[in-house]
Amino acid sequence: MTIVSSGLTTDSTTGPGTPSSADQRSQYLQNLLTIAQSGPDLGQVAPVAQVESSALQTLQGQAAARLRELAIPSTREEDWRFTDLSGILSLELKHPYPHCLLPSRAELLPILLPDAPHRLVFVNGIFAPELSHLEDLPPGVKVGNAQSETAQAAWTTRVGQLPGSEEVFTTLNTAAFEDIAVIQVAKDTVLDVPLHLIFVSTSGSQPTFSQPRCLIVADRFSQLSIVEDYITIGEGCMYGSANGVYVTNAVTEIWLGENACIHHSRLQRDSSGAYHIGKTAVHQSQNSRYTNISLLLGAKLSRHNLEVFHQGEQVDTQLHGLALVTGTQIADTHSSIVYQYPHCSSDQLYKAIVDDRGRSIFNGRVYVPQAAQLTNAAQLNRNLLLSSKARVDTKPQLEIVADNVKCAHGATVSQLEDDEIFYLQSRGINRQSAKNLLLDAFAREIINKVPLTSLRETLARCMACRLIL
Amino acid sequence: MTTSENVILSIRDLTAEIDGQPILKGVNLTIRAGEIHAIMGRNGSGKSTLSKVLAGHPAYTVTGGEVLFHGENLLDVEPEERSRKGLFLAFQYPLEIPGVSNLDFLRVSYNSRRKGQGLDELDAFDFEDLITEKLKVVQMDPAFLGRSVNEGFSGGEKKRNEILQMALLEPSLAILDETDSGLDIDALKIVADGVNQLKNSENALLLITHYQRLLNYIQPDFVHVTHAGRIIRTGDKSLALELEDRGYDWIDQWEGVAA
Repeated sequence: MTIVSSGLTTDSTTGPGTPSSADQRSQYLQNLLTIAQSGPDLGQVAPVAQVESSALQTLQGQAAARLRELAIPSTREEDWRFTDLSGILSLELKHPYPHCLLPSRAELLPILLPDAPHRLVFVNGIFAPELSHLEDLPPGVKVGNAQSETAQAAWTTRVGQLPGSEEVFTTLNTAAFEDIAVIQVAKDTVLDVPLHLIFVSTSGSQPTFSQPRCLIVADRFSQLSIVEDYITIGEGCMYGSANGVYVTNAVTEIWLGENACIHHSRLQRDSSGAYHIGKTAVHQSQNSRYTNISLLLGAKLSRHNLEVFHQGEQVDTQLHGLALVTGTQIADTHSSIVYQYPHCSSDQLYKAIVDDRGRSIFNGRVYVPQAAQLTNAAQLNRNLLLSSKARVDTKPQLEIVADNVKCAHGATVSQLEDDEIFYLQSRGINRQSAKNLLLDAFAREIINKVPLTSLRETLARCMACRLIL
Repeated sequence: MTTSENVILSIRDLTAEIDGQPILKGVNLTIRAGEIHAIMGRNGSGKSTLSKVLAGHPAYTVTGGEVLFHGENLLDVEPEERSRKGLFLAFQYPLEIPGVSNLDFLRVSYNSRRKGQGLDELDAFDFEDLITEKLKVVQMDPAFLGRSVNEGFSGGEKKRNEILQMALLEPSLAILDETDSGLDIDALKIVADGVNQLKNSENALLLITHYQRLLNYIQPDFVHVTHAGRIIRTGDKSLALELEDRGYDWIDQWEGVAA
């Protein structure tokens, strides 16, 4: 079922620089909801996750009601000042028919990581058990989808319950997600081999819209490593060959119990025609440690909202990221760490390499209220511009009320220095190799934080193919 | 003795500028195999510029004159080619390259030189054996190989790392640009001792320095004094001692030098 209405068929005047009207943006949001709710046509296979749950219906109904008051944000809103979504408004989106477009195992092969045997695969936001591999998980690790008991217990306690859930795209996802990836690690359980969580988007002749959703719960004293991977199906390098147009609106919620530890790598390697809006919201109980390595590689436009809420003392948060931006890509990271208790710490290092007419945006909010004394927060954003038309917008946003804290922030924007290249040349290394060596070194600092050798190699190759001549 | 066969470097009437500002205004210098030359001069007299022009720094434009290296025109050649042909510049301020391990950097550099000489590249194991030998020249701890190039190195460690690269690349002409500056006496002795070990009758050294101190440890055959973009006097090591004694203001009393 394709939904076309006045809001969808906007004319070409809705380009960057011409803000679309509020009505148009509100109407388009309603259309997205209708598309997401439409599901496959009759006669197609029913979605996996047709769940009878009044709690879920209530949750989704309330979100849908809130959505009527909201609209697709315009660049007049501070949070979206540098990221113009009007390109989405001109797309005639439809619901993907997941079971018609289910990728084959062979198509999935280039994505798989040999050193991460456990994988949970979702296609266009819906669980694909045929492609997943969940055998031999340690007892204490429960992995499933919307039909699982873990999910049933979470509708009123975990899903859509974190601060910031009223944000427009989160609300849209909550109102109409069709399935959910659920990972729960029981108390004292350690899963040190990373679990590969794959969200595949497929698209045909017409642009599609899907809403992956994920819930991760690490109980007290548990430990988990996860690789969350947004990807499309294509030959070889995903970004280079795949140009399907689709819109992904993903939400991942993560709850860390007391003393829990999560290492979370998040890869966005969508097709070059895709729009990716993603949220990672994290609740950290006391003494917990959360590490996020976020890589923005693909998509025409991508936005990652990363929000961490401290809910106890001695919490540690490590947020690191790398964006590779070429062509006319836009890659936007908005991070927010909300402190609330004393003796907590955070460290952030975000890097971007921007070539051609690409744009990179970083906004790093750190909120330290009066109660959060003895906070130790550090934030650094480093950007490398490779072309005169490339652009970087970076904004540290430190809101500090407490008076006995250590908060550092910095931002740099630079080019490859002639002196650095010359130093390498003077040691017999040719100019191009010297540039490549420096670029590789710049990115390597983040790539090396990713836990799997196979993934680090894939990322280094991806980087070489995208930026290195 | 003065046949052209053993001439390594020959500079004739070299002029160069940066951002339209002339710095070198006619430099003449000949360096033969087995010789050690020292260039002294005030800051801004052009001595560091000469080293950068010889190594091919892109910020400088050669406006006149010629430079022959082993009889071939040096100025048309890319910096990496100059290195492969046997020219080496030890930097005054060696750059830090975070993310590139010293070991990888040294191996890539060494293998570039080997390729230039038409030799096979050395694999990682053979290279480690080689570099372990070379570390002794500058008394460097092997732990430095695992760290990023010059990142977090002290001033002395950076300069020793430069001499380590010189030991590895075995240049026919090494230019040491203020390698002595910022070194305490112990580090200076290690660096000078390393350089002396590498010196032989086949190669040559060009020391660029502000102070005479280095020349107590590496004894030059010729001392040149630069002023306003020219070499205005050449002598033996006694010239360096006298310059040290009387100070650079002494230059202003020389004939033809405007104060």
